[in-house]
Amino acid sequence: MQIKIDHLTKKFPDTVAVDDFTMDFESGKLTALLGPSGCGKSTMLNMLAGILPVTEGHIYFDDDDVTDMPPQKRGVGLVFQNYALYPHMTVLENICFPLEIQKVNKAERIEKAKEMAKLVQIDQYLDRLPKELSGGQQQRVAIARALIKNPRLLLLDEPLSNLDARLRLEMREEIRRIQQETKVTTIFVTHDQEEAMSISDSIVLMKNGVLMQVDKPQELYDDPKHQFVASFLGNPPINMIDGKINEDGDFELLDNSTVIKLNSKVGQVGQEVVLGIRPEAITFDEVKNAKAEIIQRYTMGKEELANIKIGSAEIRVYLSSDYTYKTGDIIEITLRDKGVFLFDKESGKRL
Amino acid sequence: MAAAVLGSKKKSGSGIFNTKWEPFIYLAPFLIGIIVFTLYPVINIVLISFKEGYRQITGAFTGYGLGNYARILSDPYFINALKNTAMYVIFVVPISTVLSLFFANLLNQKIKGIAIFQTAFFLPMVTSVTAIGLVWKLMFNDRIGVINAVLGLFGVEPIGWLIDPSMNIWALIIYGIWNMMPFTIILLLSGLQNIDPLYYTAARVDGASSSKQFFRITVPLLAPTIGLTCIINMISASKVFGELFPLFNGSPGTAYNLFTVVYYIYYEFSVSRHLGYAAAASIILFLIVFVFTMIQLYVQRKWKYY
Ligand SMILES: Nc1ncnc2c1ncn2[C@@H]1O[C@H](COP(=O)(O)OP(=O)(O)OP(=O)(O)O)[C@@H](O)[C@H]1O
Ligand SMILES: [Mg+2]
Repeated sequence: MQIKIDHLTKKFPDTVAVDDFTMDFESGKLTALLGPSGCGKSTMLNMLAGILPVTEGHIYFDDDDVTDMPPQKRGVGLVFQNYALYPHMTVLENICFPLEIQKVNKAERIEKAKEMAKLVQIDQYLDRLPKELSGGQQQRVAIARALIKNPRLLLLDEPLSNLDARLRLEMREEIRRIQQETKVTTIFVTHDQEEAMSISDSIVLMKNGVLMQVDKPQELYDDPKHQFVASFLGNPPINMIDGKINEDGDFELLDNSTVIKLNSKVGQVGQEVVLGIRPEAITFDEVKNAKAEIIQRYTMGKEELANIKIGSAEIRVYLSSDYTYKTGDIIEITLRDKGVFLFDKESGKRL
Repeated sequence: MAAAVLGSKKKSGSGIFNTKWEPFIYLAPFLIGIIVFTLYPVINIVLISFKEGYRQITGAFTGYGLGNYARILSDPYFINALKNTAMYVIFVVPISTVLSLFFANLLNQKIKGIAIFQTAFFLPMVTSVTAIGLVWKLMFNDRIGVINAVLGLFGVEPIGWLIDPSMNIWALIIYGIWNMMPFTIILLLSGLQNIDPLYYTAARVDGASSSKQFFRITVPLLAPTIGLTCIINMISASKVFGELFPLFNGSPGTAYNLFTVVYYIYYEFSVSRHLGYAAAASIILFLIVFVFTMIQLYVQRKWKYY
């Protein structure tokens, strides 16, 4: 099912949690709703589920306007951040509950629940109470409960945030597998960019309730439309240098200490800009864009990195051990075309 | 070994201090209080209940035995008291619990001005039982009472709540239900407020209607609290006594027909001066309450989801 939201706004007494959102969620795809804490992700999800009333705008499921439809009628499955399993029901009863509400007969719903339990691999715990399960197992029960009614839309609110690092990775794969097996349109909330990048077909990046960019994960990374998008994605994070455009159309640091030649001269002379350079976007090959000094070399995990100084700006780059530069060496650097972005200082928009 | 050496060193202090008896010195005031004011009367009542021909003034008695028990268990007034008390418990506790659950659920809604209603419901708790009883006495009046007036609207003949012996127990039960509700509502309301609203949100997403939510989420999650209030109310209802006074001018019903167990104890003790009977009846009441308490402890341990 395709979901269309049209100028959707949610105001709380002292915040605008979702601000004039217009976009489509693709049918049968897994979309990640990504953004820093408090940016309105849960608010967005809850409006889609019908738990929160909308202030302005409309939500369409395919062609139906569901803006004022109560959650009971929307046919969505929702997995809460802390699962919200019914503590007095066993795993089986929890999974059966939505069908019990739909008055499906007992034998049939138990059979269906067992099928679901198998899908999420918790079929050996059917008689346990939620408190007797681990976080990861509880989450699978929550997913099974959300899936059993064949929802038109599956919503997951930071379902992995309570899990330890390894289980997170595992469950991430699991959710991906289940989504691909069931082909249900899925929206997955997370504030972890890596999680969003690895799991989703497309990412909706938001900030302070405002939609920043919707794109495929790789495109979002390679082609950010905004400074915020570029800085939110990537680990180690992108380097941002403040400066302005000089007469030649190149980038000059604000204190005039140095000039970095740009491969494409998109800025206007005198314009204040921010130069974003991804750590992997600097090489030490033929075309030379600027001079830099090696400050320090180090490894982070299996990555080999260096801090280098261009004029007064210090940035972090990948520097493989093939290069024998030492601390204090003055070297020449090359900017690749990919991974280097110029943003307008004031609006943050990509130039 | 080292500990033993240390211990023996410690003992070299003077007198009772620094011995294993030392804690008892600190406990003494409390223990003496309990012994004098709680333990002694209880033991005394147990003893008296077995003393036959006991005289309060002289303390003389003819011997120990089950005579008092035999006597009251064959006393039609005591049997009637047991019957009335059982009726009272059987009707008052479930009905007031169900009504309280209904009102507690209403009071738990997020509605503007709900605080006014909450206060209104708890008003009886801070008002004198006697004053309220007198109001009820007026309401039960067969000629000018509001209850008969309302029933009259539905074509019911005036009922002699307080003058017709066969109706006395129902007046007491209705009054008892009303009297028990505020406390029950408070307990249930606090239980309701402990239920995570998230479960209701989840249930709504799962498609559950309000009544489904009530019966599948609220009631089971509240079951421990409901169980607890039932038992507490059963215990307090078994001791029904004070409620009789305002309704029937201090006598047990119109024609001595509405004895309750505690009223019987009171009557044997203060009016008839049969201490032995009163003590035996107290012990029987104690055993009944004790059974309820045991059930409560068991139930409390059983019903725990978290
Ligand atoms: N019921 C509410 N009343 C008032 N303000 C609210 C309410 N719920 C959320 N907000 C505000 O709306 C904004 C968005 O909240 P929301 O819960 O959607 O953030 P989020 O992106 O889900 O954050 P997180 O990643 O921390 O869960 C926040 O500033 C929050 O304070
Ligand atoms: Mg959230």
